[in-house]
Amino acid sequence: MTSPLQQKLKITGPVVVTANRLGDGAVVYRSGDGSWTEELAAAAVVTTTPAAMELLTAALSDKLRAVDAYVAPVELTPHQQVLPGNLRERIRFNGPTVALPGES
Amino acid sequence: MYIYDEFDRTLVDERVREFRDQVARRLSGELTEEEFKPLRLMNGVYLQLHAYMLRIAIPYGTLSSDQMRMLAHVARRYDRGYGHFTTRQNIQFNWIKLEELPDAMADLARAGLHGMQTSGNCVRNITTDQWAGVAPDEIEDPRIWAELLRQHLTLHPEFSFLPRKFKIALTASAHDRAAVKIHDIGLRMYRNGAGETGFEVTVGGGLGRTPFLGKTIKPFLPKRDLLSYVEAIMRTYNQYGRRDNIYKARIKILVHELGAEKFAREVEEEWHSIKDGALALDPAVVADIAARFHYPDYEELADNPPELAKAREGERFRTWLANSVSNHKVSGRAIVTLSLKPEGGPPGDATAAQMDAIAELADRYSHGEIRVGHEQNLALPHVAQRDLPALRRALDEIGVATPNVNLISDIIACPGLDYCSLANARSIPVAQEITRRFRNLDVARDLGRLHINISGCINACGHHHIGHIGILGVEKNGEEYYQVTIGGRADERAELGTILGPAVPYGEIADVVEDIAAAYLELRARPDELFIDTVKRVGVDPFKERVYAAR
Repeated sequence: MTSPLQQKLKITGPVVVTANRLGDGAVVYRSGDGSWTEELAAAAVVTTTPAAMELLTAALSDKLRAVDAYVAPVELTPHQQVLPGNLRERIRFNGPTVALPGES
Repeated sequence: MYIYDEFDRTLVDERVREFRDQVARRLSGELTEEEFKPLRLMNGVYLQLHAYMLRIAIPYGTLSSDQMRMLAHVARRYDRGYGHFTTRQNIQFNWIKLEELPDAMADLARAGLHGMQTSGNCVRNITTDQWAGVAPDEIEDPRIWAELLRQHLTLHPEFSFLPRKFKIALTASAHDRAAVKIHDIGLRMYRNGAGETGFEVTVGGGLGRTPFLGKTIKPFLPKRDLLSYVEAIMRTYNQYGRRDNIYKARIKILVHELGAEKFAREVEEEWHSIKDGALALDPAVVADIAARFHYPDYEELADNPPELAKAREGERFRTWLANSVSNHKVSGRAIVTLSLKPEGGPPGDATAAQMDAIAELADRYSHGEIRVGHEQNLALPHVAQRDLPALRRALDEIGVATPNVNLISDIIACPGLDYCSLANARSIPVAQEITRRFRNLDVARDLGRLHINISGCINACGHHHIGHIGILGVEKNGEEYYQVTIGGRADERAELGTILGPAVPYGEIADVVEDIAAAYLELRARPDELFIDTVKRVGVDPFKERVYAAR
């Protein structure tokens, strides 16, 4: 499989770097200080290809805390709230769109 | 039930110890993800959208009540209280933490359960008829042969790094409930003109982005030659199968490109060099495996006992009996299918509470045995007919007595984009909406046998190509669309469906299914002409006109 670093990144809007946490697989986002957070609102949002590449490179160099990092689109509301940019990312952020068995 | 021996238990326990060490080394950073990933995949551990997913094999679809209780325990202790039965006689847990996986596996091992060879480029869980051993039309119990193959192919050094994954299915009944023709190797047991029992061998079946039905390369294979012939097929595949392109690596591509006849000749040549060697089956070995399958000591019972006759007076019972209860090879017994397809529910899912209750009912009514079918339903294989009324009440209380088996709401579906990192579109909400549209079981019964299969991507885990109505989720410009096929079937007359027309958006797919159902009601020659037979007779065009006229 092609490494995310070898893939051509073409950034046309705001993006974040996301991954799954190593220990439990939970969805996490790369923050500006180099940590990982479950809060999309705390993720570093970038809008240019060089900035996205820099964020992704740093994320991929973290071999211990997160797995399979990649660049994902986000939307910024007029109030600068960060929202997932497509259905797949909405599902990763919010969980399955269906009630889990056993939930009413 | 098959009773595992000390060798099996040691193998599984050793694997748990190895995996515990591998997880510890990954968590400490001693192993990189690149090093660890193939190791976790060898144990059925995937990383999905939200979490790790653990896939556990249920060999030939047979589970003991104690194993079911263990699955309930794992669902409750390590997951979110439920599991998903798949289209290949596996169960998947969707929310397992890597940190806790070794403990979960150790618990599973205590019940003889594991995830070995449920992933990776090896021989996957060998599947068969969920009614094996009890089906009235069966030649003999196919699980004996599945177990032989399982033993031979588990950790087989030559076949642990194949070009791609490899799936084998067997059936020993005239009616194929194991979908053998869509497997890399399909084995159909039958008795030839001389009265000998053997196998018709098909190869190169498979779905995914390039679907093919298996082609017969050996019309009759004597039982003694099963291992050597399968070995010859796999050696031929291992030698010539492509490793340079993942999309062309399955045996189906090799068989297609070489041609079935040439592939068969290659296999034959290899086979002749090994057929009389160590792999020729000694009847004593087969007898030893057969002896480890324990069958219930049935008490003698007559068909149609008074309890059953009385219960038939009730309409709800009658409906369930006609739909979910099948003939058993022993008089006075029945096979009961438990629908995991309630209205508005995710197909194939069962909660821990349901699993525990089913285990209890299996102990009380089915000699402690449960079966799992590729249609994502369960079955109790040894039920006394006199117990059917009480069993139905108990199943109804836990939500698994919906009398929709083989009807339009008995939908086969993959987890789709709600869970799967490969998916392009959701499957579960589509299935849920269709079950709501056809909640009226009188309507569903009028439509008769009608299988809908839904896949959330081209990998086709929901087997959409062989659904009477197949639904494939695709993504177009960030939106979910669904391509529809009709006319597929998975049984002994297996066929791949034909595409109906352009894909439709998420909001219209349930309407399309309703349109197809309405067209069928108008087109069928008589009320008992099945949907699949109507499609065969009239072709897809009348359905296409109905669906696309208004779109």
